[in-house]
Amino acid sequence: MTMLQGFQIALHALRLNPLRSFLTMLGIVIGVASIVTVFAIGSGAQLRLQEQIRSIGANVLMITPGAVYQGGVRLKDGSKLTMTESDVQAILEQIPEIQAAAGSIAGTAQVIHEGKNWNTTINGTTTGHFMVRDWQLAAGRYFSATEEAGAGKVVILGSTVARELFAPGDDPIGAQIRIMKVPLEVVGVLDRKGPAQDDVAFVPLTTAKLRFLGSASNINRDSVAYIIAKVAADGQMAGARAEIENLLRQRHRIPAGQEDDFKVQDPAAAMEAQQGAIRTVALLLVAIASVSLLVGGISIMNVMIVSVTERTREIGIRRALGGRMRDIRLQFLCEALVLCLLGGAIGVAGGITLSMTVARMAGWVTSIDGQAIGLSLVFSIATGLVFGFYPAHKASKLSPIEALKTE
Amino acid sequence: MTAAAPLISLQSVSRTYRTEGVAVAAVRNVSFDIAQGEIVAVMGPSGSGKSTLMNMIGLLDLPSEGAVYLQGANVADLTEDRRSSLRARSIGFVFQSYNLLARHDAIENVALPLVYCGIARKERLARAEASLRAVGMLHRAHHFPRQLSGGEQQRVAIARALIASPLIVLADEPTGALDSRTGAEILSLFAALNRTGQTVVMITHDPGIATQCRRTIHLHDGELVSDERVAELLPSRSTVS
Ligand SMILES: Nc1ncnc2c1ncn2[C@@H]1O[C@H](COP(=O)(O)OP(=O)(O)OP(=O)(O)O)[C@@H](O)[C@H]1O
Ligand SMILES: [Mg+2]
Repeated sequence: MTMLQGFQIALHALRLNPLRSFLTMLGIVIGVASIVTVFAIGSGAQLRLQEQIRSIGANVLMITPGAVYQGGVRLKDGSKLTMTESDVQAILEQIPEIQAAAGSIAGTAQVIHEGKNWNTTINGTTTGHFMVRDWQLAAGRYFSATEEAGAGKVVILGSTVARELFAPGDDPIGAQIRIMKVPLEVVGVLDRKGPAQDDVAFVPLTTAKLRFLGSASNINRDSVAYIIAKVAADGQMAGARAEIENLLRQRHRIPAGQEDDFKVQDPAAAMEAQQGAIRTVALLLVAIASVSLLVGGISIMNVMIVSVTERTREIGIRRALGGRMRDIRLQFLCEALVLCLLGGAIGVAGGITLSMTVARMAGWVTSIDGQAIGLSLVFSIATGLVFGFYPAHKASKLSPIEALKTE
Repeated sequence: MTAAAPLISLQSVSRTYRTEGVAVAAVRNVSFDIAQGEIVAVMGPSGSGKSTLMNMIGLLDLPSEGAVYLQGANVADLTEDRRSSLRARSIGFVFQSYNLLARHDAIENVALPLVYCGIARKERLARAEASLRAVGMLHRAHHFPRQLSGGEQQRVAIARALIASPLIVLADEPTGALDSRTGAEILSLFAALNRTGQTVVMITHDPGIATQCRRTIHLHDGELVSDERVAELLPSRSTVS
């Protein structure tokens, strides 16, 4: 008897009792569907993080305000803007590994162009910001030195804002838009960098301070909310970070033993750590889903053992008519395999549907992974072989004479 | 061995069942030969060892002592796989309870032994058709066993026994579950087969059936008590062992 004949016989037997066959493979279906779904959600989350890491730019350090002490009371991180434009200047001039640096202040406001308006992040910064983030222009130019020094009424739009404010044919460059009643000329439109990054409008730092925050502002005219700095090479990240910390401690006159009033972060490294965490959680979930596969295998074994008992007479007849022990074994093994493969296929289809539903309903990014599908099918086959073997072996060992006597 | 070896030869065959320390001698020291083309009736009271003997001739069971030879080869010397193969190609079984697979139709049942001869499906079905035609059951090819009468099921079972052109057909009370008229029809089917040269061994309780066979073996308590041949032109000759 050949493998093909084994599968034919198995399919015939399983078709005779479709409900039972389906219930038997349900465990495998659920197991495989969960594995595929978990993989799809996990790798979707990783893709999204990778995109974010890319959008920050390579070798970027971010300096944000830390805790401050006022009269011995520790205030919350960031409750006071502790960094200044002269800090930015000092970092640029005194630390050789730093290629570019920029300070920013940011807030949200309504941007208006003719009939259209859009609520977005307004980021006041210098051209250095785009250098740090390797952010190219799609059209136009960056800020000029005069605009940066003299609070020029100019704006560079992220691609989302440009899309929201301008009709597809319109050229935004040279157009006038208004932010908080201040008319500004669009001088540049940025390349796309990712959905979370592109919803922004940049103005010169001086413009933001003088025209938007006004003199009523309680912040120091020299302050910035955060600084980003680009390190020349990957290997210099740790060194540059230490140097920035030293420099800022000196400049801020922080006595030895007292906490820094700033924090230097490596956002890419933090995200990579997060990525590792996602991977760990996904693996854990896959392990849990595998238990379902195991339970599915056991249920197949159970039903197969019952089926062998029920079909003892059939086994006797087949043996009397010339079936060898290995033919009987193959027949039942094929049945287990068909159950697992079919269950696996239904599970893969279910998993794809489920992850697409999750993607649509929860708005998560999911990514169907060929490797995960292959892996779960291999798992199903292995389950069929492992759990089908015992019942098949049991069937093949039956004495034909005894088997023929059973009713 | 030699070409002159009988089709089947039993030499001092005994079969003892041992269950929970109790030994039951189902067949004791039985010897006889079956030649090509014979039709043999095996008779004896219930429990006399007929089925046990038949199982050994059909390579389903091995003797505890003595030996069964098929065409000169001691079947105990063959591997289990080889004996299975021989069952597929050289032995045709017919059972009292038909033993058709309930979930397969007549033609699939008839074709079943050919699965184990490694024959492709198309040829299997063609040969099964021929075999069904030979027993007059072609018109029921796609009926399932439960849709057939006892006599019809037995005809399908005979078609299945014949499909691989076996050396010998072994029938264990083939008419036992049938009424006497249907039984007679089945019997005449065996007789007709035998006239074409088919070797047949048939277990029966019915002396009327036995008289239609040219040779009758009687068993009692596992022992062979008589082996009678009826020659068509010669007077009956009996041998008592
Ligand atoms: N598997 C077994 N284990 C123990 N004893 C058995 C077994 N099979 C048969 N026997 C015994 O062997 C003896 C012969 O049994 P067998 O089935 O050959 O009889 P039989 O002549 O075919 O009877 P019947 O006409 O009722 O079919 C009986 O006493 C029976 O109880
Ligand atoms: Mg019997």
